[in-house]
Amino acid sequence: MTNSDWPLWEVFVRSRRGLSHTHAGSLHAPDAEMALRNARDLYTRRSEGVSLWVVPSSAITASSPDEKDPFFEPAADKPYRHPTFYEIPEGVRHL
Amino acid sequence: MATAAAHRTTAEAQAGEAERTAAYEAAFDAAVAADERIEPRDWMPDAYRASLVRQMAQHAHSEIIGMQPEANWITRAPSLRRKAILMAKVQDEAGHGLYLYSAAETLGTGREELLDKLHSGRQKYSSIFNYPTLTWADVGAIGWLVDGAAITNQVPLCRCSYGPYARAMVRICKEESFHQRQGYELLLHLSKGTPEQHAMAQDAVDRWWWPSLMMFGPPDDESAHSAQSMAWKIKRHSNDELRQRFVDIAVPQAEALGLTLPDPDLRWNEERGQYDFGAIDWDEFWNVLKGNGPCNEQRISQRRTAHEEGAWVREAASAYAAKHGKAAA
Amino acid sequence: MTAALAPAALALGDDALVLSHRLGEWAGHAPVLEEEVALANIALDLLGQARILLSLVGDEDELAYLREERAFRNLQLVEQPNGDFAQTIARQLYFSTYQGLLYGQLAAGDGELAPLAAKAVKEVAYHQDHAEHWTLRLGDGTAESHERMQRGCDTLWRFTGEMFQPVEGVDVDWQKLEAGWRESVGAVLERATLTVPEGPQSGAWSAGAGRQGLHTEPFGRMIAEMQHLHRSHPGATW
Repeated sequence: MTNSDWPLWEVFVRSRRGLSHTHAGSLHAPDAEMALRNARDLYTRRSEGVSLWVVPSSAITASSPDEKDPFFEPAADKPYRHPTFYEIPEGVRHL
Repeated sequence: MATAAAHRTTAEAQAGEAERTAAYEAAFDAAVAADERIEPRDWMPDAYRASLVRQMAQHAHSEIIGMQPEANWITRAPSLRRKAILMAKVQDEAGHGLYLYSAAETLGTGREELLDKLHSGRQKYSSIFNYPTLTWADVGAIGWLVDGAAITNQVPLCRCSYGPYARAMVRICKEESFHQRQGYELLLHLSKGTPEQHAMAQDAVDRWWWPSLMMFGPPDDESAHSAQSMAWKIKRHSNDELRQRFVDIAVPQAEALGLTLPDPDLRWNEERGQYDFGAIDWDEFWNVLKGNGPCNEQRISQRRTAHEEGAWVREAASAYAAKHGKAAA
Repeated sequence: MTAALAPAALALGDDALVLSHRLGEWAGHAPVLEEEVALANIALDLLGQARILLSLVGDEDELAYLREERAFRNLQLVEQPNGDFAQTIARQLYFSTYQGLLYGQLAAGDGELAPLAAKAVKEVAYHQDHAEHWTLRLGDGTAESHERMQRGCDTLWRFTGEMFQPVEGVDVDWQKLEAGWRESVGAVLERATLTVPEGPQSGAWSAGAGRQGLHTEPFGRMIAEMQHLHRSHPGATW
């Protein structure tokens, strides 16, 4: 990286209260304060958000797609965690 | 097991590697076939990666070079309402460039490197922006025809097989819809205005129509990357299909504008249910692509100058961040 | 609107109109793409303010496009050419600080401009924040950026005195405004390791000049460009 080359930041936007922050994209900025301001201009200029997070891309540790099996498969065989697993007699409401 | 591994021959290891690659490739092909999205850290063929980076970079470059012909009129916009619209539009183009560079960066090629390739002419941008904006009506023609052609190209890309590109395109298409409308409205106003304004609008359409048709790229049988890109679902329709779709949409729009499209061969073909149109001057297309358009030199030189003259600003901000311990790791 | 308000709306509207135009000249030339978006945002806010203010006085386009240079009431500060990025930031720091304090006072009052000022004050807070962040980074960045930022501040200093000349119909405490401005700008420059310029804040020619319709040479060329197309088609609408 040359010194005129700014680091990359990931931007997360909360589109409205009650929702989680969602990844919107990335941008370059010299530091967190500027990253936040750039994110405001870039990702919320049509009022798409009420709150922003910026995270240095280098600070993110991601699961590897190669680990997909050991990481996520154990969850896939536990359908009883999902409500659709259970049969409810017809006519029973509010369940 | 450790002993067994140690005893394996190189040939066996290579065979194992090839087998793994084949398995990855099969998984990749299956995902593409099932219309699933490929995500940044997934295995992908090298050529798919290279093709995507090339296409996303070219697309990003087009957005930021595309700011210039329109920015040319910001300071001369003839009403404050039009001035606000034009500024917001040029700003969007910078934003779209940023979304696309950001998508390209998910494949590990930094923006600095991509800009470098643009500035040194090793990567292209859409040739349409090598034409000059000579009158105010050109702003309208760009919105209606150039953005219209771009949208025709881009809407299918919202379903592109590469996730980050598809998501950037969704955002861009949503924002672009105002771009085309403002251009159309601008031309409509001119067309129904004074005779001078009408003439200005007609002149702009005369100059932008053919270059807009060229935006879809060479005919299918001459398009170098088309077949593979279609197979990978980086591209969803052929150049000629999209071009035809655009013509079919634009002709009735031109009629409603009260403007003529500069093509004597343009007529409805009852049998095909589509418009026939005249031959495109592909010599001009290749010539502009090679760098001989009216503005190639000017566009790149402005971009390069902005970047070079901005270096001290970017350096200052980096230095400040380092000094104050604010730099990202 | 009461007729008494016209000079105020014109002065403040022209400030916003002219600075917005200057910022618009950056399009396609900014030092980094993120800044293209930021500068355009500020320009658009200012243009929005200008349109509201000018519409209080008359037809916004007639006022913007058909007045002669001597009829414009903006500060000379805002018409100064962009220069380098440092000079643009210095101009923005000086002006946004002024505008923030001015609109802050107007918003707190009960005059006719209060509702408009209340909206603008939020936009201006962001402009000021942007200018301050960049002043810090350029002032306390590299030797080159420090020197450029200092030069930008020095160059524009002589246009700052005009900001505190009372404007007819603007009911604010001008002394308080000036004191607040000096304190705020002084603090930012100090944090940015810059020196508050020492020269006079106005020349023999420039005290209150822009507000009286006396402008600098670059302004004539600026409005020639801005008005040319509109004036070439008398009576046409766009």
